[in-house]
Amino acid sequence: MDLKTEMKIPADFPFGSSSTASPSDYRQVAHTPITTGTSVIGIKFDKGVMLASDMLGSYGSLAKFRMIERLVEVNKQIVIGAGGDYADFQFLRDIIKQKVTDETCLDDGFMLKPRSLHSWVTRFLYNRRNRFDPLWTNFVVAGMQDGEPFLGVVDKLGKAYENECVGTGLGNHIAIPYLRYALDKKPNLTEQEAREAIVKSLQSLFYRDARAFDKYQLATITADGVKIENGLTLETDWSMADLSSGAD
Amino acid sequence: MSSIGTGYDLSASQFSPDGRVFQVEYAQKAVEIGGTAIGLRGKDGVVLAVEKIVTSKLYEPGSGKKIFHIDEGIGMATSGLISDARHLAENARNEASSYRNQYGNSVPLKYLNDRVSMYMHVYTLYSAVRPFGCSIILGSYEKGQPVMYMVDPSGISHGYFGCAVGKAKQAAKTEIEKLKLSELTCKELVKEAARIIYMVHDELKDKNFELELSWVGKHTNGRHEFVPKAVLAEAEEAAKAAMEEHSDSDGEDM
Repeated sequence: MDLKTEMKIPADFPFGSSSTASPSDYRQVAHTPITTGTSVIGIKFDKGVMLASDMLGSYGSLAKFRMIERLVEVNKQIVIGAGGDYADFQFLRDIIKQKVTDETCLDDGFMLKPRSLHSWVTRFLYNRRNRFDPLWTNFVVAGMQDGEPFLGVVDKLGKAYENECVGTGLGNHIAIPYLRYALDKKPNLTEQEAREAIVKSLQSLFYRDARAFDKYQLATITADGVKIENGLTLETDWSMADLSSGAD
Repeated sequence: MSSIGTGYDLSASQFSPDGRVFQVEYAQKAVEIGGTAIGLRGKDGVVLAVEKIVTSKLYEPGSGKKIFHIDEGIGMATSGLISDARHLAENARNEASSYRNQYGNSVPLKYLNDRVSMYMHVYTLYSAVRPFGCSIILGSYEKGQPVMYMVDPSGISHGYFGCAVGKAKQAAKTEIEKLKLSELTCKELVKEAARIIYMVHDELKDKNFELELSWVGKHTNGRHEFVPKAVLAEAEEAAKAAMEEHSDSDGEDM
């Protein structure tokens, strides 16, 4: 049997058919992010977790929204942060907030814990990817789990992990080395040391990441609860920019 | 009320010749035998308090709650049939959730009150259903202002500064009227509320009761919360002390 006969495609085969009529039995779901946030970074310290993200909502390369919140308090022991499509983040955030309200209504003395939420977000995003309609958003879940700091990432397809320090988006490349270096030097950071490492990382991100910004949010979660500082500004020094050539 | 419907009390969908709907009045009777619930609206928040009568020592403490958390900033106290109240709480929660889902912010109490009272009212219109055997008090703190409504089984609702329902509502109302509500803070109101509930509780008829207290106000950041155990205990102690004092002075008079 010659190759041509073997490869012959049946006339009713739906794909790659020679028919000129365009197929109508498909649905396009995969999309691209529109308004986006860039990295979220986080690190554990001796008494809790710290999370930070800048406050820029980019519209493509346009720095369109300059005061958006990408870190959100879920309850007294959890903060979530997100990068990627901002609308998708808002969508999931609203669902999570309603979940928390529903749980409070049960009035059973229990509260959602970070590891549970992390797992739930994993299931949600992984389910969406299996429906070929993923949310275009990476999440970081940080909080206190039974008195211990918790820090975990879920990427947009549902891949999840926990770590001592995490970063999403470009933060995974630019910030992680700083954070790891800080933790290698001293495994049990104080809150102040953690903050210094975080700010240093945000600075680098702002210098290197064209979608980053100098206004940022910083969340600290300890046994005492959640504290989110909004609208902080990075101190930056651009004098060295004159030394680089070819950038203009 | 003569309590004799003479045939006009079999259905909520029929008036009596003198213009009454007996089924609704009977439902109100069901509320009048329930544990007393009060709501106090002060200058910086609302305090809800309920006298939960415990009919058996075999019940776990804290079971069968009569104050419900409806939404982040909304609480609901009830008096009357507890299972009816639970259904209404569920309804109010769904309303609050659906409002947030559609409009992106929490439901204004005025709107929620309209929806819940309309829901209760609808149950006074048809022969196939019976009215709710409970009254509810809704409280919240919105835009820096405390808000409180009470709805009765007929579906009528009013905004209140202070309100009371249940078996000792008259005594409770008299006490509430003595307070300068608009000048009191939540922390002061909690003590007053505890005192009133302890005072109107009838030891001869109902031996045991649990005091339930919740608040929503400036100090809770507009969130509805159950009063912390320590504060509750303190308020109860103060209430008991006030009772002692009261009975002592009664003794002197005699």
